[in-house]
Amino acid sequence: MNKIKTNSNDWAANTARNTVRLGYWTGAWVLTMALANFGPRFIWEFNESLTIVAILINLAVGAGMIWANKRHLQGLDEMHQKIQLEAMALSLGVGLIVGLAYSNLDVTNIIAADAEISHLVILMGLTYLFGVINGLRKYR
Amino acid sequence: MKNRLKVLRAERDWTQAQLANELEVSRQTVNAIEKGKFDPSLPLAFKAARLFELSIEEIFQDETAL
Repeated sequence: MNKIKTNSNDWAANTARNTVRLGYWTGAWVLTMALANFGPRFIWEFNESLTIVAILINLAVGAGMIWANKRHLQGLDEMHQKIQLEAMALSLGVGLIVGLAYSNLDVTNIIAADAEISHLVILMGLTYLFGVINGLRKYR
Repeated sequence: MKNRLKVLRAERDWTQAQLANELEVSRQTVNAIEKGKFDPSLPLAFKAARLFELSIEEIFQDETAL
């Protein structure tokens, strides 16, 4: 068997590190989001200053998550970058089209309930997940 | 686009994972290229050519070219 020299900069290990880093930032963002949402009601009894601080922390951690996601994407190989791009394009397109149609249904009172932003986030998340799975299957 | 990546890899007795590590891509990407499901970029094709010490044309062939 011909020996193949191993790169000192192990690409796979670097990608794994980027993924773990993104996982930590995403977890932190979810926790700060929960704190900003439930803290006012259950922890500090709607103290406005504390609520503003919690929201600012959530924003700061969100910026960190965006940075970690950027590094994660840049660290992927070209095929996985393409899969991510196609999934994000699908998610953005569906989110925009369906989100605005949903808003129109609310504005024109065709639906009784208020249009919730959380529904749009769930739709975009599921569409992105579908796009990634579809991409992985396509190139398998 | 057709390619001889699988043959060249087999000649050297390398696994997909070893080739992937050397090209700094995932094993799935090597598999997709070998199966012709994904066409590599020019920089990646040059990298493969350097690794196998061949020209790009000796590894990748355009199926539409006569």
